[in-house]
Amino acid sequence: MELFELTLHEAAERLRSKAVSSVDLTKACLARIQAVDPKVQAFLTVTGDQALQAAQAADARRAKGETGSLLGMPIALKDNHCTEGVKTTCASKILYNFIPPYNATVVEKLNAAGAVSVGKTNMDEFAMGSSTETSAFQKTHNPWDLDRVPGGSSGGSAAAVSAGEAYASLGSDTGGSIRQPASLCGIVGLKPTYGRVSRYGVIAFASSLDQIGPFGKDVEDCGLMLGAIAGQDPRDSTSAPMAVPDYVAEMKKPLKGLRIGVPKEFFPAEGLDPEVKASVLKAVEDLKAQGAEVKDVSLPHAPYGLAAYYILAPSEASSNLARYDGVRFGLRVSGENIVDMYSKTRAAGFGPEVKRRIMLGTYALSSGYYDAYYLKALKVRRLLKQDYDKAFEQVDVIATPTAPTPAFKIGDKTDDPLAMYLADVFTISINIAGVPGLSLPCGFSKSGLPIGLQLIGRPFEEGTIFRAAWHYEQSQDWHNRRPKL
Amino acid sequence: MALTEKDVRYVAKLSRLEVTDEETTRYTQQLSSILTYIEQLNALDTKDVEPLSHVLDLKNVFREDVVTPSLTQAQVLSNAPEPQSGHFKVPKIM
Repeated sequence: MELFELTLHEAAERLRSKAVSSVDLTKACLARIQAVDPKVQAFLTVTGDQALQAAQAADARRAKGETGSLLGMPIALKDNHCTEGVKTTCASKILYNFIPPYNATVVEKLNAAGAVSVGKTNMDEFAMGSSTETSAFQKTHNPWDLDRVPGGSSGGSAAAVSAGEAYASLGSDTGGSIRQPASLCGIVGLKPTYGRVSRYGVIAFASSLDQIGPFGKDVEDCGLMLGAIAGQDPRDSTSAPMAVPDYVAEMKKPLKGLRIGVPKEFFPAEGLDPEVKASVLKAVEDLKAQGAEVKDVSLPHAPYGLAAYYILAPSEASSNLARYDGVRFGLRVSGENIVDMYSKTRAAGFGPEVKRRIMLGTYALSSGYYDAYYLKALKVRRLLKQDYDKAFEQVDVIATPTAPTPAFKIGDKTDDPLAMYLADVFTISINIAGVPGLSLPCGFSKSGLPIGLQLIGRPFEEGTIFRAAWHYEQSQDWHNRRPKL
Repeated sequence: MALTEKDVRYVAKLSRLEVTDEETTRYTQQLSSILTYIEQLNALDTKDVEPLSHVLDLKNVFREDVVTPSLTQAQVLSNAPEPQSGHFKVPKIM
């Protein structure tokens, strides 16, 4: 097995036993990037020199006796994470030359743990999309079939892990942007509970929905990454004061007695690929065979999640993206006066999807429409949260498909915004309710494309989700498959 | 409730986005179909439902009123398109 094919925890074992050094692992990832990224296009910026320096520093720390699992581990970061001194673009022309003077909290935490960033990954522009196709710079290709999308908006981070270019990566998830690419790329991705991980320094799309989370080749890798980035941060007043458990210990606790809910609203008669449905239901049966209890539950307002999201998220985005005006950073297009400068800069700097969402949000918040749209969506949000709270009185984890289909072809949905939005139909209500959700592989389509199982949990019970996920994963072989590149 | 091109031009102005005629026509059609999809929320009776803006039960997260190190002026200006004498230069405002 090649070095880049190992999981993070396997690579960490080799570092601990001194079979390899961090410099070895980093060189392996950089070589892999050089070999396959011309085809995959996961990276916007590769930080080769900095990575090797960081790897040497990590090896020195290890020589002095440090043993953490992330010490010297090559990882990748979605390009909406501010990295001091390293270009951060959100895949947008409007930030084409932005070099942050500070690190995001999650980046600081990974640096403190000794992780080695090999680069910044491609995404949908400002995290708005489900295929990574709205990136202003390049399209990312699914490592399992280069003609297909990796999902989005964290498509670059997902593809990088799937292709062996990094052992783990960080993404962000506002409506499904970690889970859906994880599903399409055949890896594990987690959106933590809202407030579990600090959002400080991760460029905001929708502040009440955004969460940062890890991608890994398996559940244990995700648990290790979450342990490193979770925790309250005084610089993010929406971060929660809950203690961070030992996720790896939690996931290996016995499965028996865990109650799994299957909500009928997530298995509609139309709009769900039959192979996806079959794989997900088989996974639930496998969990039952391992000792979990399976029950039917209902989340009656879940079908309204997409509509509520497409008011809430664009509204918040219209406010968050008002700062991109050509004054203090990023692109500036000159104008006759200040307003002309703003309008021309934003017209030139933002792509069509971003403009659509800014306008939708501005409209929904404007005088005369606020009650009918934004306020209404906030009420639907309460109904959705109540649905989840009620279901979690009966069960501990809810199992659904992550995405309605396996990866679609590049260009298939770019003409119809609404068709693209429907890719998130099963992930979106989780963000609105603020609960945690994970996707892991549960099968492959006849054409060899990955299929994802979504597991949803109570707030701050990522450990319980990991437990269900790890036991299922270990009873199968999906996590051992690698794409042929 | 479909959008008109006049609505789109108005919203574009509020959002400080210059739009061409072709874009106005295209966005009017696309935004109208999205808004039509969103209208299904009207089927829900939310008369007695309290809005939920924030999922966590956090209130008034304060810090001590103490000055701590922040960015230097040089750092703040480091990405400025037109810095001048420690300021961000912009076209006329009035």
